[in-house]
Amino acid sequence: MSEEQKYPEDLKYRETHEWARRESDIVIVGISDYAQEELQDVVYVELPEVGAVVEPEKEFGAIESVKAAFNLWTPVSGEIIEVNEELEDAPELINEYPYSLGWLIKIRMINPDELENLLSPNEYRALIKGERE
Amino acid sequence: MIDEMTPTSNADERQATRHLHFTDNFVDRHIGPREEEVNLMLEKIGYASLHNLIEDIVPADIRLNRSLNLGKSQTEYEIFEALRKIASQNEVYRCFIGMGYHNSITPPVIQRNILENPGWYTQYTPYQAEIAQGRLEALLNFQTMVIDLTGLPIANASLLDESTAAAEAMGMCLAAQKANARRLFFVSETCHPQTISVLQTRADPLGIELLIGDHRDATLGPAPILGALVQYPASDGVVYDYTDFAQRVHDANGLLVVAADVLSLTLLMPPGEFGADIAIGSTQRFGVPMGYGGPYAAYFATKEEFKRKTPGRIVGVSEDSEGRFALRLALQTREQHIRREKATSNICTAQVLLAVMASMYAVYHGPKGLRRIAERVHLLTCVLREGLKRLGYSAGDTPYFDTLRVNLNSVNIKDLLSAARAKQINFRVFDCTHVGISLDEATSLRDVRNLLEVFALGKNLRFEVEDLIGIHSTNVPIKLQDSQHIPKPLQRKSSYLTHRVFNTYHSETEMLRYIQKLQEKDLSLTTSMIPLGSCTMKLNATAEMLPVTWPEFSDLHPFAPLEQAKGYQILFKQLEAWLSEITGFPGISLQPNAGSQGEYAGLLVIRKYHQRQGEGHRDICLIPQSAHGTNPASAVMAGMQVVVIRCDDDGNIDLANLRAKTEEHRRNLAAAMITYPSTHGGFEEQIREICDIVHQHGGQVYMDGANMNAMVGLSRPKDFGSDVCHLNLHKTFCIPHGGGGPGVGPICVKAHLVRFLPTHPVVTVGGEDGIGAISAAPWGSASILPISWAYIAMMGAQGLKRATEVAIVNANYVAKSLEPHFSVLYKGEKGLVAHECIIDLRSFKKTAGVSVSDVAKRLMDYGFHAPTVSWPVPGTMMIEPTESESKAELDRFSAALISIRQEIAEIEAGTVDRSDNVLKNAPHTAKHVTQTEWAHKYSREKAAFPAPWTCERKFWPPVARINEVLGDRNLICACPPM
Repeated sequence: MSEEQKYPEDLKYRETHEWARRESDIVIVGISDYAQEELQDVVYVELPEVGAVVEPEKEFGAIESVKAAFNLWTPVSGEIIEVNEELEDAPELINEYPYSLGWLIKIRMINPDELENLLSPNEYRALIKGERE
Repeated sequence: MIDEMTPTSNADERQATRHLHFTDNFVDRHIGPREEEVNLMLEKIGYASLHNLIEDIVPADIRLNRSLNLGKSQTEYEIFEALRKIASQNEVYRCFIGMGYHNSITPPVIQRNILENPGWYTQYTPYQAEIAQGRLEALLNFQTMVIDLTGLPIANASLLDESTAAAEAMGMCLAAQKANARRLFFVSETCHPQTISVLQTRADPLGIELLIGDHRDATLGPAPILGALVQYPASDGVVYDYTDFAQRVHDANGLLVVAADVLSLTLLMPPGEFGADIAIGSTQRFGVPMGYGGPYAAYFATKEEFKRKTPGRIVGVSEDSEGRFALRLALQTREQHIRREKATSNICTAQVLLAVMASMYAVYHGPKGLRRIAERVHLLTCVLREGLKRLGYSAGDTPYFDTLRVNLNSVNIKDLLSAARAKQINFRVFDCTHVGISLDEATSLRDVRNLLEVFALGKNLRFEVEDLIGIHSTNVPIKLQDSQHIPKPLQRKSSYLTHRVFNTYHSETEMLRYIQKLQEKDLSLTTSMIPLGSCTMKLNATAEMLPVTWPEFSDLHPFAPLEQAKGYQILFKQLEAWLSEITGFPGISLQPNAGSQGEYAGLLVIRKYHQRQGEGHRDICLIPQSAHGTNPASAVMAGMQVVVIRCDDDGNIDLANLRAKTEEHRRNLAAAMITYPSTHGGFEEQIREICDIVHQHGGQVYMDGANMNAMVGLSRPKDFGSDVCHLNLHKTFCIPHGGGGPGVGPICVKAHLVRFLPTHPVVTVGGEDGIGAISAAPWGSASILPISWAYIAMMGAQGLKRATEVAIVNANYVAKSLEPHFSVLYKGEKGLVAHECIIDLRSFKKTAGVSVSDVAKRLMDYGFHAPTVSWPVPGTMMIEPTESESKAELDRFSAALISIRQEIAEIEAGTVDRSDNVLKNAPHTAKHVTQTEWAHKYSREKAAFPAPWTCERKFWPPVARINEVLGDRNLICACPPM
């Protein structure tokens, strides 16, 4: 996979390695390819319940691998309308398909302006480059 | 040394009598390298003398410039005499006090081959699972035993004692609840008093309100509560049916915690069947001596849905790379070493050795044997009750198992107690008209007669105890099913311990071989050095260990009257005085039974100090990012908020950052937790300044004593400004690690904090304004304190200092040996380390695709346990050789690492495949290297015999690399069906 494919152009990113995909007033959230690679084999995902309200200053869940725990931060505020229940039985989807089947939550946005605070794919790539060095 | 703490004779006299002293010197037995070897090592490090080396490592302004006042070293022979004298002042009465502690018969095959066997007691926690399959299997048996007996599907292995297990359960109820639940936790007043006391200590900093009362009429709800704790059977012996209560707790959205007696569960309906969400308890009476309070293993079982919130270590089933059944520690991401302040608990070292003993007891007796033991204890209790009734007492009018609360009616309790004393019998005193009697496995019919004679107050029994047995029918003895004392609905119907392992090893020969089979799978100090950084895997000398199983130390009940424990009191006082001299602190509490408990107790002491200063709002705890994970986890439990302090590139505390944070939090600063020497293995030059800055901003300094082995005799924590420190007696002071416990973590405090030291509800101990009980027993794990006592007594001041110096020499020698081959991190300005060194393996990931884990597993092929892996720095190894390892062993270990470096170089050079090589496929099992097909590009010989010594003595890893992911994705924590 090229660096471009690793960080799709249609997504926005948080410095904490979550991505956001906007679909009208809904935002889908997952973790980046870099994050899943760093974590290695995901064994467990802890997600909030549908109906919970999340905000960027508070962690909303965690992903665990065998040796590490990764706290999850939401890119935008809003109400959770769906969580990826497939992950309960198949957490490896996060490693295998971080941008599709491995999505985490869907949020009904309150304030679309928050998307402006996120990193573009280019900015995120630069961040990763920094972290790798 | 005991009577003569100060040397009196002058130099001439000493010279003259020197030749008459015993020739055998324990210091030379404890310390590995001979004097000439130390000199050779110094030469390699580049120093002419030990003195110069130490001067360049330990900062001048914290050095202790005098000898410790501990007297001369004693020989092993001398120390036995002294200890026997002390032990003889403990009086072992027949004890029927109960309250969670019972006499138990340790099967001799278990005593000699586990408790007294270095093949079982010298290992560390089984993190390197491939060479720990033996104790992992024993611990899986423990979990299976707990799961079966409690009727709950998830169990850990294990917790520190019953009371802290109850507190852990309360903590889990809090973690499992929705944020809006009222922080209210109900505790039945018929729980053991020490458990109620520990819960009170734990509840307060977490903002939990305890409601203590009678479960039968307690009002729960309507607001949601966290949960409720009941004792089963109750502390006074009553077997309640908690089915309705469980419903009421659940109706109030709470979780039901049941503290259940493990032996009674063979006869009683298990908690999981009447609605318990969590069951906890002691496994002491499964073959572990009472030991004046400990150590023993507590158990913790719960429902599937709470498995990720469970505290403590859980053994899980997985597979190795060859598809073989293999075990490992599962779900480690719950634990403090990964989750830090978000961990499920601060628990770290637990009670592995004692959990192994309890599981072996169950293996040896099997389900039928355990049931027979329980039935016999119950029958004896029935007989006792009949006798008491004939004597005019009332007892056991409610269902009971092994404990009776006896109403004395008009009998004067003083008369009764003096009759008991005359027969050397202890029982529990509730109040002046009620006493409690708990029978156990060791009780004989003769004991029952003696008890009845005590209650007859000198009058003749007008009946034979044997006659009482035939009470229901003239010829047939009482049978359990005839007994009215366990009502039918509460009798156990479900089967337990049906697995093959509990139904096979019932002859001593079979048992011995099973124990040996498991032992052979584990690498212990009997095989080779275990150079785990921060763990101090030094010698656990046989002379230190022998007294542990002397009956005068092992058979005392923790709540026996103090006048029967005079020997223990002498031993505690001396040990406290010595630890006080070693640390500089005037106040010591021996109660915390693990390092994590010491941290917690120390922080609570600081918290209470602030409260008494009218500064109770101070709740910020500064912790360097390099700290061990227990530090933040303990701080959170003590009600503090963790603020992380940065470390600089040398692993030292970033002073500018510390200044900024202390300034920012000056109004709320409670404490700073500092590990010294640092977790990176260096003596920070600025430690005095660090302590001063914290003090200037109103905080207290807590020193984590994990690295005390670099300090004893050279520097004292109190002298450079810390206020509290804990010691790990299982590191610096020779208590064995037991494969993951026991541990002892006493705290040492400055004068202004002495009044806050831990107390106990049953035995008077601790400060006048103490923080409450930290552990179930007043002196924690008392029976292993003779180990540290013996170590200090045999080493003396000079020996202890010498041990520290040689530990430093050994670490620097290993660093120097490895330096040409590996990058050694965090050497001080002079290129030296303290008592451990860190080698950097991160670059091999890029150059050869080799991870630190690959190197750890490859070391197994060489017959070594890996050093501490990826801590405190990811991708590195931290090596702590300790003073007990000889130069030859250090050379062998370095040679193994250097040889592995060569193997990595071959991959780097491209002469060896990056994915099929000796590192990636390590460890190599015997089966693997002897199979007919051999598809690898390297030889079988290179795989299994990579160094000359492996041809002489080969430790075969019993399994190949374990699949970590499989085990965590599908948690199985009981023996799988055959």
